Amino acid sequence: MVPVSYYLVVSAILFIIGMIGVLTRRNAIIIFMSVELMLNAVNLSFVAFSNLWGNLTGQVFVFMVMTVAAAEVGVGLALIIAIFRMKETTDINRMNLMKG
Amino acid sequence: MEYALFFAFSLVAIVSGIMVITQKNAVYSGLYLLLTFFCLAALYILLHAEFVAVVQIAVYAGAIMVLFLFVIMLLNLRFESDSFAPPLPRMIGIGVGLLFAVQFVWIGLGGMGAAAERNIPEGTTAALGMELFTKYIVPFEAAGVLLLVAMLGAVYLAKRKHN
Repeated sequence: MVPVSYYLVVSAILFIIGMIGVLTRRNAIIIFMSVELMLNAVNLSFVAFSNLWGNLTGQVFVFMVMTVAAAEVGVGLALIIAIFRMKETTDINRMNLMKG
Repeated sequence: MEYALFFAFSLVAIVSGIMVITQKNAVYSGLYLLLTFFCLAALYILLHAEFVAVVQIAVYAGAIMVLFLFVIMLLNLRFESDSFAPPLPRMIGIGVGLLFAVQFVWIGLGGMGAAAERNIPEGTTAALGMELFTKYIVPFEAAGVLLLVAMLGAVYLAKRKHN
């Protein structure tokens, strides 16, 4: 049986890949994909710990994470479409209407 | 056998995860993300979380990826130029990521000895349903309301404004 710590290592690597993606890409859709990668990495560690302790609460929480991810993708992509209509781009450097 | 499957799926998941953030073409990024989702579903099956694995394929690989690819193709983003950050911010980003990696290793080495023996419940799908519909019924309903609100918000935001 594969030790749970191996799964946690995979989860940490995927989380870091997602984080580097968020920090280094400038395309809003790819940033979204990297956020999904990070959420999936967290889900993997939830399931791994649920398996370790024989407790299903971790899997229930994975459900909640998936629900929030689905809601986030729906609203986020709608926002990207709305911004694209106005600016004709998904480059986050050009989304500077608020002068931030 | 289990080790072989674990290493194969996690290797493919990590490599395709790296491909997601290094591809220039957003469509290819999306397809590599799909591969990562499938490999994670396989890892869930190895962890005896069969229902989560099926939901992973149905929700992530099905619904969310279709939404992503649909928007990419709708906006025709295939040839979006310079979608990477300029070199200095990119180096800083990778540096912060590696700093996090060091932190994970640091914390992980501290807790490595805590792995106890496992008692895997039999038939997790039925047990998960019982948990979800009795103990966690209020969060479950709240999640339903959240999806409804998100749907309304998405329809409102993506609607073309007439003025």
